[in-house]
Amino acid sequence: MADNREMWTELGIDLKQHDVLLGGLGPAYADIYLSQKDRPKGMGFFDLVVGDIHGIRVHELQEHAKKGGKVVATYCVFVPEEFVWAAGGIPVGLCAGAHFSVPLAEEVLPRNTCPLIKSSFGFKLGRLCPYVQSSHLIVGETTCDGKKKMFETLAQYQPVYVMEVPNKKTKYSRALWAGEVHEFRGVIEKLTGNRITLENLKEATARVNGRRRALQRLYNLRKATPVPISGKDALLVTQVSFYDDVTRNTQMVNALCDELDLRVKEGKGVFPVDAPRILVSGSPMAIPNWKVHHLLESAGAAVVCEESCTGTRFFSDLADEGGATLDAQTNAIADRYMKINCACFTPNDERLSDIVRLAKEYNVDGVVHYNLQFCQTYANEATKVEKTLADEGIPLLRLETDYSDEDTGQLRTRIDAFLEMIRK
Amino acid sequence: MTAVGLDVGSRTIKLVKLNSSSPAEGESLVVPSGPNPLRRCRDLLADVEITSLVVTGYGRHLVSGEISARTVSEIKAYSIGARRLYPDAHTVIDIGGQDSKVTLLSESGDVQKFEMNDRCAAGTGRFLEVMAGTLEVGIAELGGLALNASKAARVNSLCTVFAESEVVSLISRGEDSASIALALHEAIAVRMTAMARRVGIRERLVFAGGAALNPCLKKLLSEKLGVDIAVPDSPQTVGALGAAILAGEGRELL
Repeated sequence: MADNREMWTELGIDLKQHDVLLGGLGPAYADIYLSQKDRPKGMGFFDLVVGDIHGIRVHELQEHAKKGGKVVATYCVFVPEEFVWAAGGIPVGLCAGAHFSVPLAEEVLPRNTCPLIKSSFGFKLGRLCPYVQSSHLIVGETTCDGKKKMFETLAQYQPVYVMEVPNKKTKYSRALWAGEVHEFRGVIEKLTGNRITLENLKEATARVNGRRRALQRLYNLRKATPVPISGKDALLVTQVSFYDDVTRNTQMVNALCDELDLRVKEGKGVFPVDAPRILVSGSPMAIPNWKVHHLLESAGAAVVCEESCTGTRFFSDLADEGGATLDAQTNAIADRYMKINCACFTPNDERLSDIVRLAKEYNVDGVVHYNLQFCQTYANEATKVEKTLADEGIPLLRLETDYSDEDTGQLRTRIDAFLEMIRK
Repeated sequence: MTAVGLDVGSRTIKLVKLNSSSPAEGESLVVPSGPNPLRRCRDLLADVEITSLVVTGYGRHLVSGEISARTVSEIKAYSIGARRLYPDAHTVIDIGGQDSKVTLLSESGDVQKFEMNDRCAAGTGRFLEVMAGTLEVGIAELGGLALNASKAARVNSLCTVFAESEVVSLISRGEDSASIALALHEAIAVRMTAMARRVGIRERLVFAGGAALNPCLKKLLSEKLGVDIAVPDSPQTVGALGAAILAGEGRELL
């Protein structure tokens, strides 16, 4: 730990505030995670990662940087990490799921901005996140207006590059996105000083696909009744996958899945067979945002799937690994990302089909639509989700909340009532 | 044999007793929640011989852990209570101290759909309490005052803090209390109408919770929704009644 403090000082972290931040995380994690019964042993690795959340991995990034390697920070599943790995860089998904940094951000950003944007910006402003401090480039995107403008402000503090994600799914939009991905390839080559070749890009694609397959495997195991792993634990695995080394992460997720395989064969689960099975759909849940999962599972539900950027949208689609040329492989990767059914698109009816399909595949008793407060795209889409699910006869509970705890009483009342309703 | 329902709300605690000699709506009691609702619950329960207890309301988890009772959400409790009082009830509007809810019931009385206000107390009973304080009338008189208005002033905000400053500026402009009071009721009724329309309304509509004691709210809601509204004799204790009915289920009570 003394090692950590030295490193944090070098990174310009505000040690005093950072102590307060981490001081709160430990007890919260013990309360929310370690108190769960019958956790898989394979979660031990993920506990370790969270237990030293600003330590081990940051040391690895520093080692990498000392050898001339580059660290690229991202906020969104649209940024094609394959190029960063191919060029010998390390991509890290930044977390931005803590309320702690929100008041700080509100000194600069409008209050009625979504908590994810405020939290991420507050981490930079308050010098609270060693991952941000370690990164050589932050790559933003245009998936919502709030982020788009926040990146302009963020660029005053640290180098930022923004990729333009189109708003429609037409051929012109696809062409725009393909252009953005080609441009990004050049940006990463310039940053790292390394050439991206057909070989290293294919190799990186295969590695990232490996992790996607491992996460698909994990989620498939959650289709079992009783479910072999809690929703909170599965969510954590996905969250950690954003910033861990891709190869190690794949191994750890697969090791966990081996254990879960056995549980499913033996019919062992973490919740009773009759626990209501819930699909959570909507805005992303960045670490350490476990609020809704914790409320749901404390009330007796089992969260069995997340239709979310910290869920299926992150890994459902693989990228084609068979490009004949560098440009063809680049296009294949671009195509893969255009399949993400984010609410930034209009129309985005594919997401509605995804929700219905997942609800059936995971045999859920109900769907909880989760949207971050002031997240206009998901909040608006909820209306369509409501209609689609009503037509399918699938019960829905809509929740809108932020990272603070002030509304947990009201959320709990809704959740209790929803579970009473679907338990029948 | 006595089945007891306890509704631990943000402003008041309600208790309903059901036994073979009690009427269908039970025997009820309403006391303020105060700063220590748990102690108040213990005091209330000390004098009652209980066979079975179910707790509902905002403080249900706080209390149930301490006195080992089952819990039920207010939404379900109010639905059960409303059905006992009105067997043809299909929609329940409940405005309490800090929550407002609209619940749609199926033919068999199960909760089919519901909506509830977000985090703050905007447009709830607490909102009316604060406004009554600003206008220097009792909460019980506020509805009557509004009904006497010849015209309504205009209040735009349902946030208790913002609305209060709007009221203060209306007062300073010489607006009379009755038209300000009517404006405040209008604001709540508009919001509740929107919530009710989102859920979808089926008659009979039952209006319960402490705010249902307010005659002006009942009138405005009925006008805006275009349906007759039933208000029970004791609208505050409908949730506690529902909890008591649940407590008595499976036991030979009546």
